[in-house]
Amino acid sequence: MIEAAPSPQLSAKSQVVTDNSSPMIAVRSLAKKIGHQEILRGVDLEVKTGETLVIIGRSGGGKSVLLKHIVGLMEPDSGEIWIQGQNIIGMDERQLGEIRKKVGILFQSGALFDSMTVEDNIAFPLREAGERNPKVLHEKVAEMLEVMEMEGQEDKMPESLSGGMKKRVGLARSIIRRPSCVLYDEPTSGLDPVVADSINRLIHRLQQRFGMTSVVVTHDMKSAFDVADQIAYLHEGRIYFHGTPSRLQRSTDPLIQDFLLGRSEHGMAAC
Amino acid sequence: MITRCFNALGAGLLSFFQYLGELVLLAGETFRSIFTHKLRWKLFLNQIVEIGLLSQVLVIITGGFTGAVFSAQAFFQFNKLGMGSAVGAVVSVSLCRELAPVLTALMVAGRVGAAMSAEIGTMKVTEQIDALRALAVYPIDYLVVPRTLAMMLSMPLLVAECIGFGILAGYLVAVYLLDVNGPYYVENMVHWTRPRDIIMGLSKAFVFALLIVFISCHKGLTAREGAVGVGRATTEAVVNSSLAVLIVNFFLTMGLNIIFPAGHW
Repeated sequence: MIEAAPSPQLSAKSQVVTDNSSPMIAVRSLAKKIGHQEILRGVDLEVKTGETLVIIGRSGGGKSVLLKHIVGLMEPDSGEIWIQGQNIIGMDERQLGEIRKKVGILFQSGALFDSMTVEDNIAFPLREAGERNPKVLHEKVAEMLEVMEMEGQEDKMPESLSGGMKKRVGLARSIIRRPSCVLYDEPTSGLDPVVADSINRLIHRLQQRFGMTSVVVTHDMKSAFDVADQIAYLHEGRIYFHGTPSRLQRSTDPLIQDFLLGRSEHGMAAC
Repeated sequence: MITRCFNALGAGLLSFFQYLGELVLLAGETFRSIFTHKLRWKLFLNQIVEIGLLSQVLVIITGGFTGAVFSAQAFFQFNKLGMGSAVGAVVSVSLCRELAPVLTALMVAGRVGAAMSAEIGTMKVTEQIDALRALAVYPIDYLVVPRTLAMMLSMPLLVAECIGFGILAGYLVAVYLLDVNGPYYVENMVHWTRPRDIIMGLSKAFVFALLIVFISCHKGLTAREGAVGVGRATTEAVVNSSLAVLIVNFFLTMGLNIIFPAGHW
């Protein structure tokens, strides 16, 4: 890793548990091999409560894999993941359920349930939590649709929505139970610049309105600079850079410069 | 060359036992969930409609035409010996003990098993199952439990229906097309068909229901590689379920025949 020194909190497990200012998310020495390919080779990362961390890196570099590990959808070969002071490694699916109530995720495709309407998709987490009153459900869905700037779309089916709308409905579903943290997997991929910008503003608004911690995975640099408090560059399975957007822009490291400017020279040589 | 053969054989055996182990684990998780977690009634009732109600035409046609053709074939043979009226007993006992459970299971594996693996497989490859998990919903509770309970309830009823329509069709063919004496036909059928024959058929239906639902759900939950993967999972679900029904049926017949021997009260 360059530019930013690793946090002292990452070096001792007990500090994360006992320290009151413990990060929302701490990832330590996370390694994952899929088939014969080493996707993650010892990722160390932490996300402070209330901040927006953007993870950038080349396609296929393991960004989405890292995100899925954070929410417990994948099991690492080694390493630790701490969510609000709890190590989630080794937890079974039912224990992870409690963690997942604190951490929402927006999937790249939206991952809407295609047999349900927009309203049923958004209300799903509330129904599962035991809310049965149709009036309450409808009101909360309408409120979320208003936040997403999608008023009056309750009765539509997912197949009739555009890519951007699917992502916003997916986001509404993820945050309707007010998780402490939201993970965004490529929130602007496949969207035109105007819709992408509306998603960026939405991420900003959610952080300001609900104080949510955000982790955004993207290779869209405009999106990264729009929303990030901190940026981490994932390269060859490790965090190569972790710092503020302005420090990233000032960096003279050739790999980072190539990535920022979209040049293939060093990047391809590294493959 | 010999080493390679043994390696291939060993790898095949290992993957077969791994597959069996995964099925057993899925079954174990499902039953644990049935007894420890709240049932989602709406999903359960939806599955009852999907499995039970929408299989009616299939089961009626299967039972009816099997009973009809079996009745005719039995008559052609038995009539040579002057035992035409014994056809009713043969059709009834065969339907109860073998034909209805096996044929219904094969039809349900084709219709319901394929739908289950395709639906769950599509959810898997489009990240909907990951979304369920991310929303703190355990996929076994949400997807497998309602299907398992609906199958456990629907299959015995479908088999009973298949038996009923098979006997009715056999009677109509024998009495109205082949001129068998109606009262004798019914008398023989009632005399030789015992409650244990029906219990045997329904017991098989219950076991086949579990085989189909676990094989199909497992194939869906482990589907990979997009549309091709879902297609493959669906095909394998139907093929594996059908083979499992046929193979397990033999062992069930041998085992249940010890408990419920044919021809005894």
